[in-house]
Amino acid sequence: MSITSNLPQGPLAEKWTKHKNDINLVNPANKRNIDVIVVGTGLAGGSAAASLAELGYNVKTFCYQDSPRRAHSIAAQGGINAAKNYQGDGDSTYRLFYDTIKGGDYRSREANVHRLAEVSGNIIDQCVAQGVPFAREYGGLLDNRSFGGVLVSRTFYAKGQTGQQLLLGAYAAMNRQINRGKIKAFNRHEMLDLVLVEGKARGIIARNLVTGELERHSAHAVVIASGGYGNVFFLSTNAMGSNVTASWKIHKKGAYFANPCYTQIHPTCIPVSGDHQSKLTLMSESLRNDGRIWVPAKLEDAQAVREGRLQPTAIAEEDRDYYLERRYPSFGNLVPRDVASRAAKERCDAGYGVNKTGEAVYLDFDAAIMRYGREQAVIQHMTQASDAEVRALGEKVVESKYGNLFQMYEKIVDQNPYKTPMMIYPAVHYTMGGVWVDYNLMTSIPGCYAAGEANFSDHGANRLGASALMQGLADGYFVLPYTIGNYLSDDIRTGPIATDTPEFEAAERSVQATIDSLINNKGSKTVDSFHRKLGKIMWNKCGMSRNETELKEAMAEIKALREEFWRDVNVPGTAHELNQELEKAMRVADFLELGELFAKDALERNESCGGHFREEYQTPEGEALRDDEHYMHVSAWEYQGEPADAILHKEPLVYDNIQVKTRSYK
Amino acid sequence: MKLTLKIWRQKNAQAKGRMETYQIDQIDGDMSFLEMLDVLNNQLISTGIDPVVFDHDCREGICGSCSLQINGEPHGPDRFITTCQLHMRKFSDGDTIVIEPFRAKAFPVVKDLMVDRSAFDRIQHAGGYISVNTSGNTIDANSIPIDKEDADHAFNAATCIGCGACVAACKNASAMLFTSAKVSQFALLPQGQVEATRRVLNMVEQMDKEGFGNCTNTGACEIECPKGISLENIARMNREFLTAQIKG
Repeated sequence: MSITSNLPQGPLAEKWTKHKNDINLVNPANKRNIDVIVVGTGLAGGSAAASLAELGYNVKTFCYQDSPRRAHSIAAQGGINAAKNYQGDGDSTYRLFYDTIKGGDYRSREANVHRLAEVSGNIIDQCVAQGVPFAREYGGLLDNRSFGGVLVSRTFYAKGQTGQQLLLGAYAAMNRQINRGKIKAFNRHEMLDLVLVEGKARGIIARNLVTGELERHSAHAVVIASGGYGNVFFLSTNAMGSNVTASWKIHKKGAYFANPCYTQIHPTCIPVSGDHQSKLTLMSESLRNDGRIWVPAKLEDAQAVREGRLQPTAIAEEDRDYYLERRYPSFGNLVPRDVASRAAKERCDAGYGVNKTGEAVYLDFDAAIMRYGREQAVIQHMTQASDAEVRALGEKVVESKYGNLFQMYEKIVDQNPYKTPMMIYPAVHYTMGGVWVDYNLMTSIPGCYAAGEANFSDHGANRLGASALMQGLADGYFVLPYTIGNYLSDDIRTGPIATDTPEFEAAERSVQATIDSLINNKGSKTVDSFHRKLGKIMWNKCGMSRNETELKEAMAEIKALREEFWRDVNVPGTAHELNQELEKAMRVADFLELGELFAKDALERNESCGGHFREEYQTPEGEALRDDEHYMHVSAWEYQGEPADAILHKEPLVYDNIQVKTRSYK
Repeated sequence: MKLTLKIWRQKNAQAKGRMETYQIDQIDGDMSFLEMLDVLNNQLISTGIDPVVFDHDCREGICGSCSLQINGEPHGPDRFITTCQLHMRKFSDGDTIVIEPFRAKAFPVVKDLMVDRSAFDRIQHAGGYISVNTSGNTIDANSIPIDKEDADHAFNAATCIGCGACVAACKNASAMLFTSAKVSQFALLPQGQVEATRRVLNMVEQMDKEGFGNCTNTGACEIECPKGISLENIARMNREFLTAQIKG
């Protein structure tokens, strides 16, 4: 197994072009004889499947949802970055590259990130050509907004539904290929194992979720684009079904898992309301363009608010602590997500939280409403407008920008955010860590690729807002279609891969054994109860801040919980039918292994960087303290059975083109 | 609060289904409707009854997975929301709630409250796209200015989540609102013009093949649509369809 990143030689800005010119191609006639499996149909999987099918490969897609269009990319709200510089505000490929590396706290690969920045503009061209209805200005040209951690406006958006529109674009591209017979879509199917033949990825075992049947599917290459593993925390902004299973199964077959501890805790989510909570809802980061974040400056006010004796609107301006503006004057409310989240936790831990649980801060639109209202009053020549008229005009502008988000908030919390500030709190949102891949997006298993959130490659220790959509589509539309050809050029004479072989037989038998053991266990506790317990351990001990003692405790507790799960879980029903409890059990079983590796990775990384904050490593002001001398590397873990026994491989990170600095948003 | 739930149970597509009654207690107004069903399912599992199967995923109103007919209305009593966004505060202590799957010939029941909506996918396969390769070698995104109003209307049509509430609400089980939303999105954009004729003919043909009913303009679909997709789209599709037929 290798850990060579296979970076092309030459100057940074020429690497990708040169690489594309150097790699092998497969002629169109041969592509017709080559099969590719794509697991997951979100932005990365959907775009990869469509592009590979267009090139002429025979593609099979797999998703657990009833339609590819429902993959969780659909829920991405805010936008997608691209270095188009349509605003003329000084943006460039280099700046997008630089911001992404800096935002990732100098823990990502230069060459990968530069490639991402290079192709970003093409994504927008591509999506517009597909009919994605991005927001436009009155002149008919595309509009942009600003996101956290950057000083330019490079984010393209479609109200608060950008992910939906981009995914429907990729789904439409898939549909075109399905109609031509080049993609076969296996919906309501879940991949449960990878099949290796002579060390190469040659197929998968999938369960038909409707009939319960196990199926063998062969291919010359397998792409895993199954998203992130945020649901290891039980409560997250991920969909209920989002899982690590495909990624974890290939890890167990030899793919290294990189930086599992790098998790993004998003600062603007709707706070937890009670024990019944099944998931958390994000309020787009775009809201931080116009919303101001604050808590009461006086402890007694905070307490009065918590007890319902004081309304936030009654707190005077001078008694409010706009703590992000105070601590980070140059970026203010638009600091990166990791910084904003930790700052919220710091205030709440100090006793300034504003909801019943004490775990919420305000996101206030009052100033923005009045500012927009005054602008509109001028435009409409309403020189004598009263405050109420200005407010009404301003609310209209805010509604046009964020209407669906405000509506979503009101439905969940039962409060009107136009009239009273929103309450928000950080929640698990995205995982930067994932399957280790080289520059070609190939994992450490030949012929097995990972794309989108499932891989670890581009965001380092922290992802900037509006960069997930960019990376997913870059991987699927513009990277994989080239790099996979280089590998498949050796397969033009292989012919179809048979599935009646000992390798497929063994893989299927092992999946069947796992299913049988869960079904026959007849324990006393539900799958959900284990998942909730795991989530509590993860959130309390591997969450926004971590320390050595608690990480060690977490490893032991997760191991014990895993043993209890296999001893005492109750999975009702049978294997030969639609069985949602069984589906959940299979996923939770994998989370119970990943969680321990996650804690081990966090324990091993004795520094604070990006989303990974170790309490032992901080500056006197409470900012993250990196240790570049010892930890400027990717931690890639090799499976050895028990997660605690995983072997660490280090891929050094080399920065030739930018100066590594202490990240500052002050 | 205490509730009585009458829920459709059906073992699989071939089996005959029936309504079952369950009692549930200690339901909090801040719970979502699906969280209430989670509580019910854990209660059923502990008493040895198979949990109720229902489609759900994002639980934030955008994936379009959830699909319940609640007291006779798709996605329940509130407006502009999906079932996952419906909260129990909309109900009162002692209520009886009737929960059924979306009913339509073209949406056969898979199990309990889960239905097969793949007919929607097949309508999209028939033409719900612009035939452009994903090479990225297209013209610059800003080279074709698009009237903001057209772009906004296209966006509004494109926000359809494909949940099927329109079909479930329609006495004819018609899929006109769904199909017209996609046709409209492309009809309103210059990129969609080239294939406009073929698109509308193919998509309507597929819609008819799937066994959806005809539209009699009752407007129930628009009222129940969680995304507020407008009836205007149906009018636009009819116009596109007539034009396409004349063009042949």
